[in-house]
Amino acid sequence: MKSLTTLKTALFAAAALGVMASAPVYAASHSVGACLITKTDTNPFFVKMKEGAEAKAAELGVSLKSYAGKVDGDHETQVAAIETCIADGAKGILLTASDTSSIVSAVQQARDAGLLVIALDTPLEPIDSADATFATDNFLAGELIGKWAAATLGDEAANAKIAMLDLAVSQPSVGVLRDQGFLTGFGIDVKDPGKWGDEDDPRIVGNDVTAGNEEGGRRAMENLLAKDPMINVVYTINEPAAAGAYEALKAIGRENDVLIVSVDGGCPGVANVKDGVIGATSQQYPLLMASKGIEAIAAWAKDGTKPVPTEGKDFFDTGVALVTDKPAEGVESISVAEGMDKCWG
Amino acid sequence: MEPILKARNLVKRYGRVVALDHCDFDLHEGEILAVIGDNGAGKSTLIKAISGAVTPDEGKIWLEGKEVKFHSPLDGRHAGIETVYQTLAMSPALSITDNMFMGRELRKPGFRGSVLRQLDHKAMEAFAREKLSELGLMTIQNINQAVETLSGGQRQGVAVARAAAFGSKVIILDEPTAALGVKESRRVLELILDVRSRGIPIILISHNMPHVFEVADRIHIHRLGKRLCVINPKDYTMSDAVAFMTGAKEPPQQAVAA
Amino acid sequence: MSNTQEFEKAAATSPTAVAAFTTHDRSAVKQIQHVLHQSPWMVPLIVLIGSILVFGLLLGQKFFSPFALTLILQQVQIVGILGAAQSLVILTAGIDLSVGAIMVLSSVVMGLFSFRYGLPTELAVAAGIACGTFCGFINGFLVAVMKLPPFIVTLGMWQIVLATNFLYSANETIRAQDIAEQAPLLQFFGNKIAFGGAVFTFGAIFMVLLVLFLAYVLKQTAWGRHVYAVGDDPEAAELSGVQVKRTLISVYMLSGLICAFAGWALIGRIGSVSPTSGQLGNIESITAVVIGGISLFGGRGSIMGMLFGALIVGVFSLGLRLLGADAQWTYLLIGVLIIAAVSVDQWIRKVSV
Repeated sequence: MKSLTTLKTALFAAAALGVMASAPVYAASHSVGACLITKTDTNPFFVKMKEGAEAKAAELGVSLKSYAGKVDGDHETQVAAIETCIADGAKGILLTASDTSSIVSAVQQARDAGLLVIALDTPLEPIDSADATFATDNFLAGELIGKWAAATLGDEAANAKIAMLDLAVSQPSVGVLRDQGFLTGFGIDVKDPGKWGDEDDPRIVGNDVTAGNEEGGRRAMENLLAKDPMINVVYTINEPAAAGAYEALKAIGRENDVLIVSVDGGCPGVANVKDGVIGATSQQYPLLMASKGIEAIAAWAKDGTKPVPTEGKDFFDTGVALVTDKPAEGVESISVAEGMDKCWG
Repeated sequence: MEPILKARNLVKRYGRVVALDHCDFDLHEGEILAVIGDNGAGKSTLIKAISGAVTPDEGKIWLEGKEVKFHSPLDGRHAGIETVYQTLAMSPALSITDNMFMGRELRKPGFRGSVLRQLDHKAMEAFAREKLSELGLMTIQNINQAVETLSGGQRQGVAVARAAAFGSKVIILDEPTAALGVKESRRVLELILDVRSRGIPIILISHNMPHVFEVADRIHIHRLGKRLCVINPKDYTMSDAVAFMTGAKEPPQQAVAA
Repeated sequence: MSNTQEFEKAAATSPTAVAAFTTHDRSAVKQIQHVLHQSPWMVPLIVLIGSILVFGLLLGQKFFSPFALTLILQQVQIVGILGAAQSLVILTAGIDLSVGAIMVLSSVVMGLFSFRYGLPTELAVAAGIACGTFCGFINGFLVAVMKLPPFIVTLGMWQIVLATNFLYSANETIRAQDIAEQAPLLQFFGNKIAFGGAVFTFGAIFMVLLVLFLAYVLKQTAWGRHVYAVGDDPEAAELSGVQVKRTLISVYMLSGLICAFAGWALIGRIGSVSPTSGQLGNIESITAVVIGGISLFGGRGSIMGMLFGALIVGVFSLGLRLLGADAQWTYLLIGVLIIAAVSVDQWIRKVSV
């Protein structure tokens, strides 16, 4: 009789909870819930991230829900997604934030509700706002291509004319890290490493923004070429921007005497390295970020262990490798063939 | 004499409301027939039925002795019934010529017209100028100025000229003086008489009794969805007409028969 | 009772000319207002020439070179082509938020038909053009027949077309090198003619020819006059014998068709087929149209103005970048231009009062 009453109470409680928020009951009783929130669902980088997360989630029996902003910079949609995940009773959130500082209060809400929040690819500001950060070392990624470019030019590096094709005027941290990393690797004083554009080295022809796509890359390159047609080194924020820059150079017949470097390691990008469009690119591993993230959430749900950052860094480094078929002395790199095997998108 | 435009037994219902209740209508050659009636008497439904904007549920319409059935204002227009709406139906930003030829533009002869679909602006301008001059509307100048730069009376003039210009058989004028000042009303009334003198019969819908009594040859009084009577303005006063219209006075028997 | 009332007797003594057209003495300002009323493209043309001169003075050879000036033409070609489509729709008092999305979907269809299905490039291009036209038809049908507001219809279509684009393309870029090798026809609009320092890509030439062609059609054909009439007052147009529905549907279809051509030109411009490009096409084309002096209320303005509007934006962005100004200044100044353009439009419309 007693057990029956208990059962009744439990049923009643479950029903009441169910009315308020049916999902958490469902999730708690069946499987570990996790959320993946990306900047957009159109960029192949995030598409690959989603694939990696889905594959690992299926393997570990985690039920994964994916959310994405409409465009890069769509902060509201991401906040709404975090709120949905909390209501949904998820155990953890994997987040690539569009607005790294504004999102912090929403992230805090999730952590207060007992969710593990892992920032993927893009660190939050401050970085410890998230329980952990799984990311590419973007500064290192930039530094690798900077070193490679300087080594490839040799003595000519002193007379280089450099175009800097950045992401957006709002100077998102990923863009700043890659840009400043590149300059550091190339051997240029970056002044304030927290922003680009404040350098006064005469070798820099100028900075322009590309929105990270072909169209923007081409336009930015054209603008800088109008400033100085003899540019011979082009740093690009990612490979689509590099492809656009290449088109602009081709239009004036200078595609063969300019060194283009980039970051990402997407499959079309690596193919462009193979074809000589891009000299070298730093490859990152979104699939790994996502699968590690899902593993961390599963572990957290099981026994409450939190992931630990890579030694000497304040985040978990998922690695970066320089892809080129023209290795330069003193810079470690992998071949295009190897890069092709590991590429995404 | 057979009327140029004749309608018998027109019926139009909107749900349970009977807007036209077995209504008859006659318009004779070369006359100005005024249609008056209280608000809600069904005047405008009658006019719409004649011009094609409304298709009556029952009844028949004859134009020059031939039965016609209209399904849109365009049908009415193709048959030769032109309507000058109270809103004038003109595009304010377009020129006088553009407006006069809207929907019936002239193309250049030969290759440029048939293949390049090029409009014959010159011919259209010349025609518009001629038609406006005929009606004394052109002390001239820019036939290409936008209609919105004209005064209310000038616009009315252009609209009437457009209605009269294309060999129309009947012109319907809906409240042509309602929005105009005293002077401009007077000119528009003269314009109406001028159009009649060219042999085009006119149906004039107006609330303005002095204007109706001044220009109309006969007055069709509409009441409760049908023709109450037709009177000659010379035989009756305005107060008589208003009394018939509102039901204050019984109409004369011979007028009902007419 | 007399036929003429007392108060009307005064009228009898007034001039007898009926509804005469008279010239008043006008002030200089009034005259300018009148000229602009007749030729609404004058304002953007003046601003364009002025801005070229100012940047030319500030930057000298760097800006005033055939290379830089034709570069502007190349940079605005996509917005210019989309702006032509947008102009047609806005002239009918509508708005088309889906132009950029239709452009990208059309370019993706061209790319995938060539590469995923291995069809002949000519066929793939035709399919892309058909796709754009069909999207335009849906817009036109919903606006003209279902009587839905254009803003809502195209807002919906924007999302639908964009989502279709991402689902269908799986967000995959087709690389410029592969296209050049296997389907060079897709990059047709990237071909160029150069003499001296001046470079004219086929895309830029196409944009100019398209605008000239549409200017002819709008001014010289009955269809063009009907587009204006429908935008001015659709009821009046209907009553004066214009087939309003047919005109609207044809306008939206033509808009879709032009967007498809923009998609083809986009491949020529960026070399590759990229599903993520052209996201701001709708806003940028509306900007060009508004700065070009075409009234958002419909029925007023000239498509030449749109071209000047697009060029103004191009001159400002390149000029300011060459001056080394932060890119935000460009947006700020363009914002000022938009508001100024609409104010001038309102002022011109008051000419009749």
